[in-house]
Parts: sequence; C-alpha cells; structure tokens
Amino acid sequence: MADFVDHILGLNDSWFGHIVAALVAAVLILHVVAVGALLFIWMERKISGRIQDRLGPTRVGGKYGWLQTLADGLKLIAKEDVTPDLADKFLFKIAPYVGLAASYAAFIALPFADGVVGQHVNTAVFFVLAVLGLEVFSVILAGYASGSKWSLFGAMREAAQVVSYEVPLGMCVVVPVMICGTMNLTTIANMQSGFFTNWLVFNDPFTFMTAIIYFTCATAGVNRAPFDLAEAESELVAGFHTEYSGLRWSLFFMAEYSSMFIVSALASILFFGGPHGPIPITEIVPFLSSGGLGDPAKQAFTESEGLLAGWDLGLIISRIIGVTNLLLKGLVGVTIMMWIRWSFPRLRIDQVMTMCLKYCVPLAAIGFLGATAWQALDLPTASSVIGTPRYKHHELWTADHNKDGSKEETISTPVLETPHEDDTHAEAKTVTENTVPVSVLRGGNQ
Amino acid sequence: MATLKIDDPRVIEFDVRTDEMLINMGPQHPSTHGVLRLVLRSDGEVVSDVEPHLGYLHRCAEKIGENLTARQWIPYTDRMDYLAAMNMNLGWSLVIEKMLEYDLPERGRHLRVIISEMGRIASHLVAMGTYGLDLGSFTPFLYGFREREKILNLFEEACGARLTYSYLTPGGATADLPSGWTDSCRQFLAEFKEVIPELHTLLTTNSIFVSRTAGIGVMSAKMAIDYGCTGPVLRGSGVYHDLRFHGEERYTEMYDGYIFDVICADPETGKYPESNYEFHGDSLDYPEIPRQAILGDCWHRFYVRMLEVVQSVRLVEQAIEKYEATSGDWGKPIRLIQKLPVKEAYMETEAPRGQMGFYVVGDGDSIPWRVRARSSSFCNLSVTAPLCQGILLADIPAIVGSLDVVMGEIDR
Repeated sequence: MADFVDHILGLNDSWFGHIVAALVAAVLILHVVAVGALLFIWMERKISGRIQDRLGPTRVGGKYGWLQTLADGLKLIAKEDVTPDLADKFLFKIAPYVGLAASYAAFIALPFADGVVGQHVNTAVFFVLAVLGLEVFSVILAGYASGSKWSLFGAMREAAQVVSYEVPLGMCVVVPVMICGTMNLTTIANMQSGFFTNWLVFNDPFTFMTAIIYFTCATAGVNRAPFDLAEAESELVAGFHTEYSGLRWSLFFMAEYSSMFIVSALASILFFGGPHGPIPITEIVPFLSSGGLGDPAKQAFTESEGLLAGWDLGLIISRIIGVTNLLLKGLVGVTIMMWIRWSFPRLRIDQVMTMCLKYCVPLAAIGFLGATAWQALDLPTASSVIGTPRYKHHELWTADHNKDGSKEETISTPVLETPHEDDTHAEAKTVTENTVPVSVLRGGNQ
Repeated sequence: MATLKIDDPRVIEFDVRTDEMLINMGPQHPSTHGVLRLVLRSDGEVVSDVEPHLGYLHRCAEKIGENLTARQWIPYTDRMDYLAAMNMNLGWSLVIEKMLEYDLPERGRHLRVIISEMGRIASHLVAMGTYGLDLGSFTPFLYGFREREKILNLFEEACGARLTYSYLTPGGATADLPSGWTDSCRQFLAEFKEVIPELHTLLTTNSIFVSRTAGIGVMSAKMAIDYGCTGPVLRGSGVYHDLRFHGEERYTEMYDGYIFDVICADPETGKYPESNYEFHGDSLDYPEIPRQAILGDCWHRFYVRMLEVVQSVRLVEQAIEKYEATSGDWGKPIRLIQKLPVKEAYMETEAPRGQMGFYVVGDGDSIPWRVRARSSSFCNLSVTAPLCQGILLADIPAIVGSLDVVMGEIDR
C-alpha cells in the first residue's frame, strides 16, 4: 500500500506514503469491525428467530429487516449516557473503548488474503492472540468501575474464564505454527493452498482434534454461549454491562461480535485454508495465478510506468476471491457460534473451569504432542495420501544470511513440491520461485 | 443452620464479615420469576445463605373476597396463579359448591376436567420454558410459549379471555364449550404430542442441562413433607401424593372413570411408572434418567412436570370423548347474590403448582365472612433457604426455578 501511494505521488519510500497507507488500512478495518457488527447482530436476530420458530426482524430495510441493527444503533446513540453515582467515572467511561480498541487492533495483523492485510507482521498469530486477550481488561474495568455487585461478579468470572482458556487456546494455536514453522499468518495460509485436503485440519487426526478444541476454547475466550457467564442474564442481571446504556453499551457488543469474527477468521486461517477455497480456482486458471506467490504489491507497481500500468487484473481478482473465501469461512464460524448459543443452556462457572482444566488443556496437549510426533515421524498426511500437491515451506526469517554475510538476503517463498517424484498430477507441474528482497516481505518493518 | 438475622433492614450490612458480600437478588432481577427478592450472603461465587423476601405483589385479595359475593371474587382468583387461572377458578368454585352442597351435572364435570388439565399443560409449559431461561437456554422458552399460545387460543374461544379467564365459576362454567371446540382441541393435542420429544431433546436429555440440574438442590421426601411442599415439588422427591387420587371425595369424583398415572418415582427403585399410554401407536418412551440425577433434585422436579404434561394430554383426550357423549346442562353459574349458609368449608385441589386450598366462612349473607387461600407456591418457596446453602450463585436460579413459584399466588 505504501508503495502504491508513493507510486501515485511520485515519491520514493517516504514517510508520507506510510502514514497514508496506515490511515487507509485503519479506515478499511474499521469498516470491517463496524459493518461486520451490523451484519452479525442482524444475523444473530435472524438466526435466533428461525431457530425459535419466529421471523426475526422484518420491517426495517425491506423484507428481511437488513437495517434493523442500524435503526437500533440510532436509537442507542439517542439514548442518555447514564453513569451511576457509585461508578468510578473515568474508568467507567473508557472501559468500552478499551474493549473495542483491543478487538479492532487485532484486525491489523489479520490477512484477509495474500497481501490484503493491514500490516504484515511476522508473528501475526502471537499478535492477534495477545491483542485479543487485552479485551478482558475492558470487562474487568467495566465490572470494577460500575460500582455494582452484579457487574463485579461478571468481571471476576470473565477474568477467571478468559485467563484459563488462553492456555488451551495457545496450545491449539501452536500446532499449525509448529507444522508450518512460522507465525506469519499469510505464510500459514499459503501453505494450505490447493485442494481442501491441504488444509491443516485434514493434516492428521491430531490437527483435526486440535481444530475442534481451538473452536471450543475460542468460543469460551470471546464469551459466547454456553460460556457466556460474564453476562449471564439469569444469574447476574446483565453481568459486566448491567450499568451501561446507549452507545457505550453498544460498543461492548461491537467488540464482542468483531471478536467472534476474528477468532473464526483465525480458525479458518490456521486450520481451514484461510483465503484458499476448497478448490484452487486461482491456481487452476492461469490468468488468475499470474501474480504468483511473491509479494504481489511489489510486482504490480514497481515495474510500471503510468499510473495504473502495473495493475495485475488476475491478481486483483484472485485477491477478491481470497477475501470472499476468508469472510465466508469466518461467517460460518460465527454462525456455528450463534447456533450453539441458541440451542444450549449455560454452564456453571465450576463446570466451565472443569471443562478447561480437565478436558481442554489435556486434549490440547495430546493434540500438540500427537501432531508433533506425526511431523517428526513424517507420517502420511491427507494431501500425501490422496496425492494433491503441497507447498514445502521455507520460513522467511530463517533465510541464512549469517553464513556468507551477504547483505542481499534472498529467500524462496513457498515452493510447490510434488509429494512423489513420479507424480503425474496436472496441477503439480510448475515450480514457482519468486525471489524477492526480504524487506518487502517484512512489510518494511525493520 | 446459620440464619440471616435482619431486624432492621438499615443495619443489614453490619452483620457481614469482610470477605462476605450481601447481594440483593430481585425484586427486579430477571430470574426471580416476578417480584421475589432474595438476599444472598456470598463469598465470591459461593452462596452461604439465602433469605427470600415476599410481599411485593400483595393486593389484599383475601380482604377483597370478604367484600364481594362468591361469584364476584372469581376474577380475583384468576390473578393469584395467573399462569393457571383456570385451576384457581376451579378451586374456589369447588369450595363454594361444597358449601352449598351443589352437585354438578355430568357434562360440566367433564368440561372441568378438559379445562383444568389444559390449564395444567399451559402452566407446565411455562414452567418448563422459564426453567430453560433460568439456565440460559432461550429457545425452549419460545417453544413452550408457542404451544401455550395454542391453548390460550382455545381458551379464548371458550371464554373470551387469554390470561384471566373467570370461566369456571361456582355452579359450573359461564358458558358451554362452543361447537367445534373439541375438534380444535383434538387437533392441538395431536400436534402437541409431536412436540414433546423436541422439548425432551432440548432440555431433559441435554447434557449441559443435566449437569446443571442433576444432583442440585436435593430435597429428601421427609424434608418435602416437613416443609409442606406439594405438587410436582413433592412428587419429585418421591412422595406418592396427588389430590386427584388422594384428595377429598368431592374433588376426586371429578376424575371418576379416568385412567391416568401419578407421576412419581418409586423411592426404592428410583423408577417412574411404566408408560402405558399409547402415543403415535407406540407406547411413549420416557427419556432415561441420567445417572447423575438423585431423587429429589432439580432434574427430577423438572422431569415430573414434563411427564405430568403427558398425563394431562391423556386426561383431556378421555375427557373430550366423555364430554361429547353427554348433552344438556353443563352447569349454569350460581346466582350472583347467592346467599351462603352459616358454616365453613375448606377444600384443596391439585393445581399445577401444588395443593391450592380455599377456605370460606359464611354468615348467611351472600358476602362471605372470611376468605382465605392456602398457597402451594408459598410452602414450596419456603425450602429455598435450606436448599440454597453452600451452593454456587448460578445454582440459585436453578433451584428457585425448579420450585416453579408464582409470586401472585404467594402474595395474593
């Protein structure tokens, strides 16, 4: 993006381009958060309606009530912003913003497709989880600052629950990181390109198990039913947001829904191929695959003369397909969470803890050990059994530049490798080798 | 038992240790079923003591009854247990009829069985749905309400009201059932039988539901009897007692010739009676009792209600046939200013929530000298404090919900 801005303005790697690029990315991600929340709240109402034999919203915005959330949002904005007398005014007021900022910031490192990312981060997995974990602060702040005993209960539950579930969640996330040998989400996603058998969830039985545990822990981590103890309305009135009203209250929900999406999107990148669909259209159609797997932005714009001379239409289309795939996979995850919420009763706090410590942690550990052993023993994976091609990975930062002291680091991006030497599959024919400077892949981050 | 001593509500906090917290649950709390207020003494999530506070819905119904004639007071009985208003009407009607030594025509008897058992189904559906709501499951609530709406439609067709019916009155009912009503009712029962397994799937056999209710709030049979619990709460503890079988003759003769079971587990074996009721041509299989469940816990109280619904369906089916076989008078209401004899009468009926008793003293005037109602929910609620000791906060809605109290009946 920065290159693009520099290219348009005729600058050369200036700070201005980076700032403009950052602002554009920020605004785009804000739209994902805000519009996503609008869509998800509408979806939740529609899905819960259908599950419960009702229609859900039908009036605002045509037959299907598309704009119901917007109407509700306007109502919430118009409502009085009440701060209780007993509340710690400052903390009470900033708590919703902390939550929204945390789930918003996590989107920065989330790649929607190859190259469609706010900021390339080599440790994106770590970044997303760490930043998302900050969301618990907003709940604790809200609960503590409300000056209500029910809010405090909600905050204590949330703190206990989220901190516990981050352990198995982290263990599950380590499995794809270990298999891929990188924490870069773009690379992890690209390693799963090709047919759906390449998805890590089908890598071996342990990754399959890990994917399920990840989803369970992620549901608990974002406080969705049946783990929504912090806002259990039958016990704690409304939990940590009991005292909130109007816009501040709705910010909590925006944060909740965007967190739901981000953990689902993370699941799809880590286990379900991310932006790569079940059938690799972008690789089969030659026109779409012209962009290759190198850093596409660089390729598209550096070699061009005029303003749009370097536009690679195939690359743009393949990116749009990638973004659509990822959004759809994220939506499926969110829908499953909604489906669970409207079907099951809520667990009790001790049962939630038991579930985490007695089941999720040991199972995640077994999944991790099993997947490690599977890799170490080089046992067959789904793709090798079926014979679909698989990318062999070279981690970006493992490029060995200490041996020869060469300044010009060159590395190979994922290389297509055939599982058998005498493989005859048509789509496994090319070996792409794009040599690009490391600085580009690091996103100018050094 | 460490009781909470609250003499002056203003000094309530002086009695609290530093690691304890007094929490006020209700009367506006979402899961206290109306206006019940519980004062909890808690140490974090663990609740050591619960004290229920009543009186937020007191409307002087009994005093009003001493200023109105017997028939005029019927609408006030509606507002006691507003979820089973028909059964409240029935209780008052029967006690007045007992006082007047009035005998109901055959058709009216079957009509009353149809109406009161339909009322029981509607009430248990709400109990089931709100119990799911207490445990955080919203969907069964709406499934229950969907079926209840159909019953309310039938009631509306019969008497014009959907909640406070004033339909059964001393002397019989305000009107006979409209023509075609029994066919609609049959159709409802056929549809409803399809839904019962769905409700079992959503709650009774759901593993989260079982883990939330099984083994929670265990009440022994002795304790249930000692506290005067009645209805499903009593039968959930394994006490075989149902006024439709064991009640006064004037009440049990209403069910003469009907075949149905009292749903109550055998305390020896822990087994419920075999279902010998034909259901879709097959014998209805009750869901299995989970191994975590202990007789007298929340799960059993819930289960008893779910099975009683089936028995009520069975009763209504029989009653419709018997009703259709009769013709003529259904029992016209007594005169509005009917004079009551100089004597007293007391009678209990098996309302959905337990034994609802009405007491009336006449002094020769049409206005009774004394009216008194014995509430089943009041006694059932009294076990809250002993059951809710040393439990987790989330168990309180589970226990209070399983008692299925209606505050309108407690406070009157």
